[in-house]
Amino acid sequence: MLLLQQIANGLMLGSVYVTVAVAFTLTISILNFLNFTIPTLFMLAGMVGWSLAAWGLPFGLSGPLPWPLALAGGIVAAVIASLIVERFTFRYLKTRYGDSTEHAIPLVSSLGFLLILENLVRIEHGSDAQRFPGPSADLTFTLAGIHLRVPQVISLAVVGVLVLGLVWMMRSSRIGRMLRAIAENPDAAGILGIETRRVVPVVFMLTGMLCGLAGALFAVNYGEVSPQMGEDIGAKAIAGMVVGGLGSLWGAVAGGVIIGLIEMMTIHWAGADTVQATVWGALLITLLLRPQGLFGHHAIGKGKL
Amino acid sequence: MSGYWIGLITILSINVIFAYGIFLAVATGQLNLGGAGFQALGAYAAAYLAMEMDQPLAVTIAAGMIVAGIIGFAIAFPILRLKGVYLVLGTFAFAEVVAGLILNSDALGGATGLPVPTFIDWEVPAIAAVIVALGVFWLMATRFGLVVRSVHDDEVVADLMGVNVRMVRVTAFALGAALAGLSGALYAHAFSFVEIQVFNASLSIYVLLYVLLGGAQTAWGPLFGAAFFTLLPEALRDTLPALKEGVFGALGLEGASNPPDESWRFVILGVATVLMMIFRPEGLITRTLIERLRPGNLARAGRPAEAAE
Repeated sequence: MLLLQQIANGLMLGSVYVTVAVAFTLTISILNFLNFTIPTLFMLAGMVGWSLAAWGLPFGLSGPLPWPLALAGGIVAAVIASLIVERFTFRYLKTRYGDSTEHAIPLVSSLGFLLILENLVRIEHGSDAQRFPGPSADLTFTLAGIHLRVPQVISLAVVGVLVLGLVWMMRSSRIGRMLRAIAENPDAAGILGIETRRVVPVVFMLTGMLCGLAGALFAVNYGEVSPQMGEDIGAKAIAGMVVGGLGSLWGAVAGGVIIGLIEMMTIHWAGADTVQATVWGALLITLLLRPQGLFGHHAIGKGKL
Repeated sequence: MSGYWIGLITILSINVIFAYGIFLAVATGQLNLGGAGFQALGAYAAAYLAMEMDQPLAVTIAAGMIVAGIIGFAIAFPILRLKGVYLVLGTFAFAEVVAGLILNSDALGGATGLPVPTFIDWEVPAIAAVIVALGVFWLMATRFGLVVRSVHDDEVVADLMGVNVRMVRVTAFALGAALAGLSGALYAHAFSFVEIQVFNASLSIYVLLYVLLGGAQTAWGPLFGAAFFTLLPEALRDTLPALKEGVFGALGLEGASNPPDESWRFVILGVATVLMMIFRPEGLITRTLIERLRPGNLARAGRPAEAAE
């Protein structure tokens, strides 16, 4: 029974990883860009949400906001930050000589943003973890002997709907077709009349939204936010994405869940200190034995935009 | 010399050696985001030998270098099959696995860390940094350096010209790992204590940024990058609080919480990174710049430079 409980916990934890991993995999499959700001966007949503709920809008424009509104504000902040990142990591960057480290320019630039955003939050709010004032009642119910918390179940449902929506969007909508065309070949997409400059921000908006939502769900479910909260989640989400396969939405879903389960199983059998070794070991083994992951495409990470 | 300067020179020397370790990999076109892992290997190898086996300084430092080098060599073969994003992720994962294993190893002190009995003053790291810097300059001037450069600029052409691309990459990666291990061993002795929390993902990121911002084309780059970003926070120690007071005063705000000033240094590093990637992605110090600054060329600066690319 304890094991079943752990599996349920793993699934819940996995749903947060899944959301962040989907954000990673979107940018990588469409833009061939490993966006290291994603963990920070996740953190930003949580921290801005907390600051709105605790103090209200800046410059004393309002008193403390109720928590759902504050979280919505956090998500908006994440989207805005993501669009700013697009401006500076992507728009002005072009390859000049085509040598072997140039593909990494956006990646390095996003590492810069990771430092900026995380440390600005730290300067503003300090590095301590803060308690997020979520739903006050302890909403727990028991299903077949497994304790489940209502917010967690709702998040799981939200994540599920979101991923299905994204899959539909990428497959059937006009914007999805444009994005896939850009992913295939940016130059050809341009010739065929797709305005890359206008479509690419959509990816970053989605990224901001996904990370913001994940951060909001995390804040509600675990009731604690800190400037460092993105590091661990982001790292696990990367692991999940790679295990599932770069560039595949369903791969990111599967990978996120697998990492969540591995983490909970490791805690169950070997203790919390071993998690780092098993999760990253799974990642390293995947990279060495089957770099394309469970569902990935071979082409990802080789072309240039 | 005062303790302040001794500490500064020590950490500067260690950072310079560390940056050269990552530089060797980056110079062949491989972004090594696992620096902290190799540094941790060197630090723990030295700490363990000094603590448990009472080995002399020379042995422990050499061992730190050799352990990191051998593991770097062993991991290089599978890991360098990966390219681009995969390579970045692979090296990153390697560092995390190393940290995870050390965290769970009772012999290495786990989460509590290991004390290191033999203490070294600033001279040893400083001399080591000078030797490493000269060595890398020499290496980049040899045929090997030329081959490294060709692999970085165009792998396919280098391969066609008969360069064993794989061999070059593995050698550079393993040498770099050994240097990172050396910096770790020096760290262990200079600070008399190692704990795994120090060798985290952020450290790998910083050192890679030092190299990329300084410039990975010449051996001047990492030297400059590491020195600049190690000394910058010291230079800002006094000016920044004053500046902040002024800005806050002008806006009529009170500082809500007392921020750790350490954070500003990383904000500046981040801003510098973003700006550099926009305006000068090849790094601050490039071959062209070095070429221009040659005494002979400076004298002819009036004429249009033909040597420039």
